[in-house]
Amino acid sequence: MIEYVDRLLQGDRRSAAKIITLIENDGADKPEVMRRIYPNTGKAYVLGITGSPGAGKSSLVDEITKQIRAENFKVGIIAVDPTSPFSGGALLGDRIRMQEHALDRGVFIRSMGTRGSLGGLASATKDVVKVLDAYGCDIVIIETVGVGQSELDIMHYADTTLVVLTPGAGDHIQTIKAGIMEIADIFVINKADLGGTEKMITDIEGMLDLSPLLKGWRPPVMATSTLDGKNISNLWETIKKHRRHMIDTGTYREAAEKRLRLEVTEIIQRKLMEIIEKDLLSNGKMSSLTEKLVNREIDPYAAAGDLLKKFLP
Amino acid sequence: MSRRIRVLVAKPGLDGHDRGARVIARALRDAGMEVVYTGLHQTPEQVVEAAIQEDVDVVGLSILSGAHMTLFPRIKQLLAENGADDIMVMGGGTIPEEDVKELKEGGWTEEIFTPGTTIEDIVAWINSNVKVD
Ligand SMILES: Nc1nc2c(ncn2[C@@H]2O[C@H](COP(=O)(O)OP(=O)(O)OP(=O)(O)O)[C@@H](O)[C@H]2O)c(=O)[nH]1
Ligand SMILES: [Mg+2]
Repeated sequence: MIEYVDRLLQGDRRSAAKIITLIENDGADKPEVMRRIYPNTGKAYVLGITGSPGAGKSSLVDEITKQIRAENFKVGIIAVDPTSPFSGGALLGDRIRMQEHALDRGVFIRSMGTRGSLGGLASATKDVVKVLDAYGCDIVIIETVGVGQSELDIMHYADTTLVVLTPGAGDHIQTIKAGIMEIADIFVINKADLGGTEKMITDIEGMLDLSPLLKGWRPPVMATSTLDGKNISNLWETIKKHRRHMIDTGTYREAAEKRLRLEVTEIIQRKLMEIIEKDLLSNGKMSSLTEKLVNREIDPYAAAGDLLKKFLP
Repeated sequence: MSRRIRVLVAKPGLDGHDRGARVIARALRDAGMEVVYTGLHQTPEQVVEAAIQEDVDVVGLSILSGAHMTLFPRIKQLLAENGADDIMVMGGGTIPEEDVKELKEGGWTEEIFTPGTTIEDIVAWINSNVKVD
């Protein structure tokens, strides 16, 4: 696997793809590969796009990519779709809307399933961003559907986050999942060609009137259509404006620092969980304690203290 | 390590609908695979580019158009040119038996499933042919 890193840095897409697979599978070479990639990262700007299912996220990714390519920047796209909890399989269909860029060597598209483990998705996505960054992408776009917590968590790793909603289809702001409104740097009301956007815009603006301004940025609310191109170039200009704002106010650097600290913390947490599962809970001690717990001979606090003794003397 | 088999399902050529391809895609997902679905009207170049970026183990082509004798060799050739000849190519559709034989003997496809094959057969074939390293 290590040999792929050099080729990745020279812009070889097959190596990029192989390394992404290594990350997704959490393969044994991952820490070493990531160690070698890391010095070559930190350049790409990360744009997160989330929102309700079918709102037109992939279509918007396609349109925004067109704008970005017109300025000659290299684009990486990570399109995340849910893994079926029943089979572990996933149907990854976001590429259907991005066909126009299929042969453009300045665009690299990768579809990912959310797969299983808690925190695993966000961690894998962060690493995939690094791979695309090292591969030479100036901008990395992450698309996730804004339903599960793990999908939303990814957006904490975006420099600019778009929340995409549609006017009809029950996207009433009261019914939108808590947490999603707070992460928006820009609200996009897509499918404006279908009409009915005014009410939605008024509702969101009303909500924003009541929210404190974060770092002097009030999220713009934009009505777009990927069918007739309404506001698409405005949207790209607004994204760039947000980026400028982040840099000028020092928020960009601050967020980057915070994210890296968080990343280290999360790695520690994951490693500790592994230790706990491997050493503490599976050595038979737990099962021998169960009987005592049931018989009220020992209480859960004492049992936990007992198990932890080895680590916290 | 938690490896998942990844399959690209594509519908190259200019003809009609993709119902069959969608059915296969869903069935493979239900068998625990990650299925990248790219939609209709794919050129061989698009199929191969997607297969490389998505790092799939298998490309599954749904073919109705009768262009199979050019499509399979073209895709295999492009995979090879891009250093990706370890990606397997399977196909499904109404393809005459002698063409199947010719394509397989020429090394242009690993397997072709003609009408009458069950989804279970296809799943079993993928499971036994993808090297889980
Ligand atoms: N009328 C209208 N339809 C649109 C617009 N944008 C996208 N669509 C349609 O909406 C459907 C879903 O579009 P996608 O881009 O796949 O939406 P998505 O949010 O990526 O969907 P998921 O990834 O499945 O959640 C498609 O049929 C699109 O053609 C728009 O601006 N107007
Ligand atoms: Mg999508």
